[in-house]
Amino acid sequence: MSAVTAGGTRTRSTASLRHRLAERGVDSSLFMLLPAIVFAIALFIYPFSYGIGLTFQPTLAMQAQWGGGIFANYVAFFRDPFVFESVYLTMRLALPVALFNVAVSVPLSFKLRQRFRGKETLTMLLVLPITLGTVLTAQGLLIFAGRQGWLNRFLLQIGVIDQPLTLVNNYWGVFFSLVISGLPFAFLLISSYLSGIDPSIEAAAKTLGANWVQRFRRVTLPLLAPGLATTFILTFVLAFSVFPSARLVGDAMGETRVMALMGYRAFAEQLDYPMASTIAVMMGVVELVIVAIVLVWRSFMYKGSTGGKG
Amino acid sequence: MAIAAGTFESLELRGVGRSFGGVDALVDLNLMVRAGEFIALLGPSGCGKSTALNCLAGLLPLTHGQILIDGARVDTLAAEDRGFGMVFQNYALFPHMSIEKNIAFGLEMRRLPKQEIRRRVDEAVALVKLEQHVHKLPGQLSGGQQQRVAIARAVVLEPRLVLMDEPLSNLDAKLRLEMRTEIRRLHQSLGLTTIYVTHDQEEALSMADRLVVLRDGRVQQIGTPAELHDAPRNAHVADFMGYRNLLDLVITSVEGTSVTATDQGFTLRGTAVDPVAVGDRVRAAIRPEDLVVVPASEGASDNTNVATVSIVEYHGREFAVGVTTPSGRLLHVRSDHAPAIGSPVELRADPARVLVFPSDPSDAAALSVEERELEEVRT
Repeated sequence: MSAVTAGGTRTRSTASLRHRLAERGVDSSLFMLLPAIVFAIALFIYPFSYGIGLTFQPTLAMQAQWGGGIFANYVAFFRDPFVFESVYLTMRLALPVALFNVAVSVPLSFKLRQRFRGKETLTMLLVLPITLGTVLTAQGLLIFAGRQGWLNRFLLQIGVIDQPLTLVNNYWGVFFSLVISGLPFAFLLISSYLSGIDPSIEAAAKTLGANWVQRFRRVTLPLLAPGLATTFILTFVLAFSVFPSARLVGDAMGETRVMALMGYRAFAEQLDYPMASTIAVMMGVVELVIVAIVLVWRSFMYKGSTGGKG
Repeated sequence: MAIAAGTFESLELRGVGRSFGGVDALVDLNLMVRAGEFIALLGPSGCGKSTALNCLAGLLPLTHGQILIDGARVDTLAAEDRGFGMVFQNYALFPHMSIEKNIAFGLEMRRLPKQEIRRRVDEAVALVKLEQHVHKLPGQLSGGQQQRVAIARAVVLEPRLVLMDEPLSNLDAKLRLEMRTEIRRLHQSLGLTTIYVTHDQEEALSMADRLVVLRDGRVQQIGTPAELHDAPRNAHVADFMGYRNLLDLVITSVEGTSVTATDQGFTLRGTAVDPVAVGDRVRAAIRPEDLVVVPASEGASDNTNVATVSIVEYHGREFAVGVTTPSGRLLHVRSDHAPAIGSPVELRADPARVLVFPSDPSDAAALSVEERELEEVRT
């Protein structure tokens, strides 16, 4: 029965309840989400909540050493210089690596947008490192750039240096390893963002008298910036959670004592699960802070259509 | 009006050509443009008209020839130094800038003083009647409004030459007619020298002072709209100028320029554009409006053929009729009444309006009836 309401503008629907629910997206197809929900609860939500719970159950030794009751782990995290310094050491790696990957990918993507001979080969070479595991990369770096590696021997022989360069087992070893694994991701992402910008927009800027610097600064960069922000976040997160290469080609107890290593130390060497969880939670918090800063910056930029095929 | 065209006497294209990896997209284009002229480059898709425009704009380097303005070469200048305005088919507005900023962009690149920029942007905005929209982003405007912004952005620089690349092809039919008038008005009031690329012959005929018809990268004919409309140089130009009926026939008699041609019982008297001899294979071109349906009973009149009605379309004042000749040829004709489908009719043509072109043996193979129909579907 359809009755005109007092306002006279809306009529009551005569459709069945089932039909009305379906209009709002509530129907039997929701069951298709079931596997995803089960996995999310079993593998993420429950363990994550359990881990957070653990951080508030510090061991008696921790409570005795740092005080603070159930917050003893957090007190330890901020008060223990050996632990807290790892935040700085991780940032010192992840921020420059992420910036480097984004900065190098931009001109690369620009060049590879044009058509030229050997473009496919070059693209393949750039993307190939994605297929290499971290351990393989680390092993390769040790052999190639170690004190007795090919690179040092070659440079010594041609007389460029008289002492072998220390390129692995320190900060730079991890830096190179993170660039090797992160650059292909950054390059692929930025290429796809760039292909989303209609080339005729740049052509228009050209006919309006803008030289390449002005075109890049006034037109391409503002359109590309949201993509650069996203790419920066992804390569930053990849680099921030570095663990194997920090151990294999880094200086695990010195320059590259990253947060992931500290968490592992608490977990496997000190068997202090609550402290390991605390470090893991704090890793997430630090990452979220950086991501939030970048996203806030990104929210001030134009994010609409850029007219291209992307 | 403060916005005015940049001045020059003549623009000359001398043997301009462009090839892509050995494939010629544009061959030997020679054209002399006087200041203030409106030139249309006309042709089907892939004929080289956009290539020609991009070469002029400097977005594509030439592979042959020169472009000169008052005798000074401009083809060696970079696109940003030529001072030509360009309007793109997809508008190519800067999506992250307001309408105002879009229009001001070129002026800012020239480092003009702030007040000067303000004044000229306001004028250009008024010119295209977009005063209420200056603070919006291009994405918030309709297609026609975006196209007006693109035009304002190009003309605000007072360019020596405005290049337009199919600017109306993304608009709906009604808006296209309005914008056609608008562009024509701007051209006349500002005295802008314009080169306009289009595949729409009606658009080109109604807007341009002179037309350049291109096909496969080669110029077919250059002339005023009237010249092209009434006296196309060859069958391709005729085809493009609305001569929808192209018939491959054989000459049976010649008297001066008046010739008779026939094929499979279809006989037609017409006017030879180039000298032909008896026995030559020719292509006769007739506009639908010059092939008129007369009732079969009238008969006995001059230059008529019989055919059967197969399609009738209502076009307002008259009917567009598709008829089939006994040999199975489909012809497009006009009629003032709606003949019954399947009924026999007689078609009458004025011999002066039947143009007979010698058929080029390579063309006949290259452009069969099916291909021509395909081309029509594409354009």
